[in-house]
Amino acid sequence: MPVQIRRLLIAFAIFIGIMLVLKYYLTPESWREYGPYRGYALTEIAGDEAKYVQMETCSMCHDSIAELKSQGVHETIECEICHGPGYKHADEPEHNRMEIIGDGLFCLRCHEKNMARPENIIKQIDAAEHSEGEECTTCHNPHQPWL
Amino acid sequence: MNKFESLYEALANMDGYIYPNEIVLNWDLLIVMYPYVTGLVAGAFILASLNRVFDIKALRPTYEISLLTALSFMLVATMPLITHLGQPWRFYEMLITPHLTSAMAIFGFVYLWYLMVVLLLEIWFDYRYDMVMWSKQKKGFMKYFYKALTLWISDTSKESRKTDDKLGYFVTVIGIPSAFLLHGYVGFIFGSIKANPWWSTVMMPVIFLFSAMVSGIALVMFIYMVVSYLRKQKMDMKALDTIAKYLFYILILDFTLESLDQIHRIYEADESFDILQILVRGKLFFTFFIMQIGVGTLIPLATLGFLQFKKPRERIRKIIYWAMSVCVLVGIFYMRWNVVIGGQLFSKSFYGFTSYKVDLIGGTDVWLSVLWFIVPFFILAFLLWLLPPWKKHPAEH
Amino acid sequence: MVSLLNPYKFVFATKKPEGNGKWYGVGIDIEKCIGCASCARSCKTENDVLAEPFFFRNWIEQYTITNDGQIKVSSPNGGIDGFTQPVPDDEIYKTFFVPKMCNHCAKSPCTQVCPVGASFESPEGIALVDQNYCIGCGYCVQACPYGCRYIDPRKGVVDKCTLCYHRLEKGLDPACMMACPTGARLYGDLNDKESALSLFVKENNCAVLKPQLNTESKLFYNGLSQEVH
Repeated sequence: MPVQIRRLLIAFAIFIGIMLVLKYYLTPESWREYGPYRGYALTEIAGDEAKYVQMETCSMCHDSIAELKSQGVHETIECEICHGPGYKHADEPEHNRMEIIGDGLFCLRCHEKNMARPENIIKQIDAAEHSEGEECTTCHNPHQPWL
Repeated sequence: MNKFESLYEALANMDGYIYPNEIVLNWDLLIVMYPYVTGLVAGAFILASLNRVFDIKALRPTYEISLLTALSFMLVATMPLITHLGQPWRFYEMLITPHLTSAMAIFGFVYLWYLMVVLLLEIWFDYRYDMVMWSKQKKGFMKYFYKALTLWISDTSKESRKTDDKLGYFVTVIGIPSAFLLHGYVGFIFGSIKANPWWSTVMMPVIFLFSAMVSGIALVMFIYMVVSYLRKQKMDMKALDTIAKYLFYILILDFTLESLDQIHRIYEADESFDILQILVRGKLFFTFFIMQIGVGTLIPLATLGFLQFKKPRERIRKIIYWAMSVCVLVGIFYMRWNVVIGGQLFSKSFYGFTSYKVDLIGGTDVWLSVLWFIVPFFILAFLLWLLPPWKKHPAEH
Repeated sequence: MVSLLNPYKFVFATKKPEGNGKWYGVGIDIEKCIGCASCARSCKTENDVLAEPFFFRNWIEQYTITNDGQIKVSSPNGGIDGFTQPVPDDEIYKTFFVPKMCNHCAKSPCTQVCPVGASFESPEGIALVDQNYCIGCGYCVQACPYGCRYIDPRKGVVDKCTLCYHRLEKGLDPACMMACPTGARLYGDLNDKESALSLFVKENNCAVLKPQLNTESKLFYNGLSQEVH
């Protein structure tokens, strides 16, 4: 074999050897556990903290409001849609208070008249005509609007 | 934050409707630069192979310059990509755990293959004898440097030179499909995205390849003229005329392929056609019609075509060749721009456009792109000093 | 013989699990959507998404088709800033809201093109991103036909809807599903023919976005109009 080829083969063998060693040491442990990805990633993603606790947790303490809400048209609406995420409050209710909506026209987020909103799904009003800018809570209880 | 400022501006300049996430153009100038650089590599190599494999003797003066140009740009080719990544230090993952269904995953391997097995080997076989002789002539550090480059082989016999020649020829033959793979896969990266109708076409790898060849040939022509001028050497006009001839032929092919792609698109006029038509006539008008087609294709075609029939005096031909190589280089850059940036300017909802403003002062992508284009010229200067083609010992064949 | 020549198994990274594992899908009822954007808002809060109007894991679009055939689409801050109609009501022929999110495709192009395997489908069919492995090349962002991925500038990696994978493990619902006041959004196991989602797909005439691209999207819309892209 010509000397050039001998030397080149040695050089390439060294290079490929280094690559294989690197591949062995740098491949993550959980690689290919479930597929062509790092299996541990599933555990990492699942480990994030959940911020919304959902109605059942709220009603464990706030049972009277939950009761009131379940008798009205807002029964399927999650408390946290209006009051914000409850994970901190559920952990330490005294230190972390929930948000009580200050904006009196907050309800327009859903109930403002828009032709794209299906009439049979939600009642809509034109704020200027309906209440002349007055706050919704003056007449409606948000937990049971028809009260 | 400063970077959101440009996004708010893009939001204000939004035309029609785009998906909210589409305001940001993720593949910026650096991604325009990458296919440009690898295209220059592939094109320069093809010019070298025209001499070596297809035995076009008139191109002999430019053989080494083509190879060294290809090597200079190849050494820098990954840098636009790495500097563009959101997590650049994780780039090694593509080599360690490549996801084989992805065209981008083969990049690391194709790059290493082409750099090491094709370019470096071919240059090594071509210069091995000379490097042995130079290591004997030089003293001190350079002596050992050349020795190391020869892998400590000191054989200078006739048989070894014949072996060099044979193996170099073999490597060049392998190199041609490798060059096609190196740049064809870049075209495939764009051409296989069914989500984007501006990119998704069977022609994309082929168009990329031919425009790469055009840009590479133009670059070698330009560099040969500059190097000869700097060295105050007479330019081999036969070589230049031959380069211009091949530039002309391949430019015709490139133009035909691109026109075919557009004609087909216009004729079929599928659901994406309306928005793409507005894109090309509007936001891409300058970069597409004027720069890519006008400056980059039609002017060189007309001029070089004219030169095939009537050759003016040498002095004028030199100026024309210099000007045309610059035109082609600029035109092909804009072709990459139109593909990469153009493909992101319109919304996949086909209802609107976003905008991309190249931030000349603050944009890191601009500075990095310019850097990665200029650095290879310095590398080339170094290589020409280290391995001067004009100091090579005469060939025996 | 046919299976030997079947390129799909190699070309696509995802596959339906054998056996009785869960195979998650999503259903959206356009006829019930009121465009309140509670889903978009709660998603941003739950998943710590940047508040700027350039990064969304899900969003709402308002389609307005005028009497003279013009199609106007808008999504002001993904819908979170509220909607107004662009033309007076009497010029409107048809108008509706379309919530958008990751379609968790069964043959997702995003998992196919990831060069390092950071974009993948969990065994339950949820398309996820391994943010500790992602290199931020943005190829998946380009490959997604629905525009639901983006690069998080804080981390330099790709972010997208995870169907609140971290909530599913704890027995909670995804934030957007929980937040919808009209029950327009639902999710469930497509392998279970009695699940709410399977019944939704069975009883309605559902469609997916861009079916011609064969992404096998698992986001089924009821009431999808042909103007929606």
